[in-house]
Amino acid sequence: MKQVSTISGRAIPLGLKNVDTDVIIPAHWLKTVSREGLGKGAFESIRQTPGNPFDVEDFAGAPILIAGDNFGCGSSREHAAWAMLDMGLTAVIAPSFSDIFSGNAFKNGILAVELPQEQVDRLLEVAKDHPITIDLENQFVTTPFQDRFAFEVDPFRKHCLLNGLDEIGLTLERDAAIETHEKERADSLPWLDAPTRNRREHA
Amino acid sequence: MPSKPRTLYEKIWDAHVVERQEDGTCLIYIDRHLVHEVTSPQAFEALRLSGRKVRRPDLTLAVPDHNLPTTPRLAPDGSRLPVADAQSAAQLAALEANAPSFGIEYIDAVAPEQGIVHVVGPEQGFSLPGTTIVCGDSHTAAHGGIGALAFGIGTSEVEHVLATQTLLLRPSKTMEVRVEGELGPGVTPKDLILHIIGVIGTAGGTGHVIEYRGPVFERMSVEGRLTVCNMSIEGGARAGLIAPDQTVFDYLEGRPYAPTDEAWDKAVDWWRSLATDECATFDKSVVIDASHVEPTVTWGTSPEDVVPIGGEVPAPESFADLSKQEAARKSLDYMGLSPGMPLEQVEVENIFIGSCTNSRIEDLRAAAAILKGRTKAHNVRWAIAVPGSGLVKRQAEEEGLDRIFTDAGFEWREPGCSACLAMNPDKVPPGERCASTSNRNFVGRQGPGSRTHLLSPAMAAAAAVTGRLTDVRKLLDV
Repeated sequence: MKQVSTISGRAIPLGLKNVDTDVIIPAHWLKTVSREGLGKGAFESIRQTPGNPFDVEDFAGAPILIAGDNFGCGSSREHAAWAMLDMGLTAVIAPSFSDIFSGNAFKNGILAVELPQEQVDRLLEVAKDHPITIDLENQFVTTPFQDRFAFEVDPFRKHCLLNGLDEIGLTLERDAAIETHEKERADSLPWLDAPTRNRREHA
Repeated sequence: MPSKPRTLYEKIWDAHVVERQEDGTCLIYIDRHLVHEVTSPQAFEALRLSGRKVRRPDLTLAVPDHNLPTTPRLAPDGSRLPVADAQSAAQLAALEANAPSFGIEYIDAVAPEQGIVHVVGPEQGFSLPGTTIVCGDSHTAAHGGIGALAFGIGTSEVEHVLATQTLLLRPSKTMEVRVEGELGPGVTPKDLILHIIGVIGTAGGTGHVIEYRGPVFERMSVEGRLTVCNMSIEGGARAGLIAPDQTVFDYLEGRPYAPTDEAWDKAVDWWRSLATDECATFDKSVVIDASHVEPTVTWGTSPEDVVPIGGEVPAPESFADLSKQEAARKSLDYMGLSPGMPLEQVEVENIFIGSCTNSRIEDLRAAAAILKGRTKAHNVRWAIAVPGSGLVKRQAEEEGLDRIFTDAGFEWREPGCSACLAMNPDKVPPGERCASTSNRNFVGRQGPGSRTHLLSPAMAAAAAVTGRLTDVRKLLDV
């Protein structure tokens, strides 16, 4: 995972609620075996609407997106996070996120910052003309004005992001604990192992 | 000292904790991992690049479903027909190559057991009560219908599970959806879950695992329970659960991957102990009166946009929330509907019976019961019935259901995800409507510009017969 500490720059004031992952990246873009190049399809249906915020020149290459409640609901496709990264987005600010999307964002070093609706509304206003800064270390979102909004972040995720840690690498270090669990499980819940053997016995 | 009363979710969670970190994050053991072609290639590639192996190939099962065309897969000479779309073909080929090279059991596209991953898991007895089940697909929630803690994961998590057979997770909050009373005639599990989503909203279950409780679920078939739990994700919950009981045990006994003999008896004893303790509490509780649930359809582009079939398209101003008003305006514009229009006047050109929500044998029986002796209306251009697996298809054919569908003007297809998500050739054309038994009515979900009305299999069949959204009870002898 790449290291993340501060993200600063223009923020696309989308504001929409319930942006589902089909909207972030439609299914016909999922027929790929790569994580790259999905930015072309990102927010396809929104970008077909004239005057949409993604096409405003000031927001070209903006690292932050501001959205409404329940961002990233629907399909678990991680392609949504990859598509956003590919178009240069490394943070989303919204009043709430779907559970699966916030996990996928984290795994890709995208900050999913939850703020109350009134603070999101203020940022939507500021973002029209000014940059925004997200400070992960100190857990604040600031604007060029007096705004300073504190946000919560899972301490483990914060630690991984600030240090660029590879989660799989971390878990592989716990191999002994996993092995112990597997042994206990084989004793107490023995039917859980070797389902394929059951299949052969039935056959 | 007696232990603290626990919910079904808490009991399954506790049994799978490998380690608990100080900050509350837990390393959770995964019992069953289902893999399909869309969300796995990048995970296998990353394993290959880092020289990592699959820790427990024996707990992993792969099957293709999303990209497969639902037209015949074998030529008359028995050879396999190629998949025309080059990208789909490449993605399917990647799974076909990755599974054996990592030692994972693979059900191929022409095997009789092939089907939608969430139909295959329970049908094969691979999914079991009390297990943790994951898959790179949000409708993994379905397996909660047999009492498993099952949830969708992203591709990075697929890689994590392949490499370690675990996931790093924080415990979810618990939510009870208690349904009192009985469902009326012609009202199905699909109507119930649509109604529930309408009540709690698409973010109602965010951060929670839902347990569906009450006599309705105790009497419900396994197929119905899978339908209900499947759409937990449309209510924002990553997982939904129903306590495993004799109905589930009878369904699973003798299935290919299920335990046998003494192991089976031991398993059943443990499964019986998992039900939520009497005094256990939930973080959130919602009570629904089953007698208020009617055959239900969606009018908008969010699964919470539901209305009883006898109702009207709502006016955006009828919503208290200003942003919901704005969303409703956009939805109505996209759907080509006007406020006040009776739902029963909405004409449909396409009918889709299938998807991981509603493609099991009971779903096909319910639709066929309406279609028997009837034909689709002239304005219905395209109607397809897509069984959830090859075994469902075979059983339906043994019962003669395929003939009822084809006599009614339906196409009888090969198993797969089909028109649920526009990744394969089954799509709804722009601007056209589809009465669909699938799970999402999002903008463009069934193809760019497609307009989806979610409903039950019986309601989809009724819409096929009349050519418009129709209260199925008018076609029943009730």
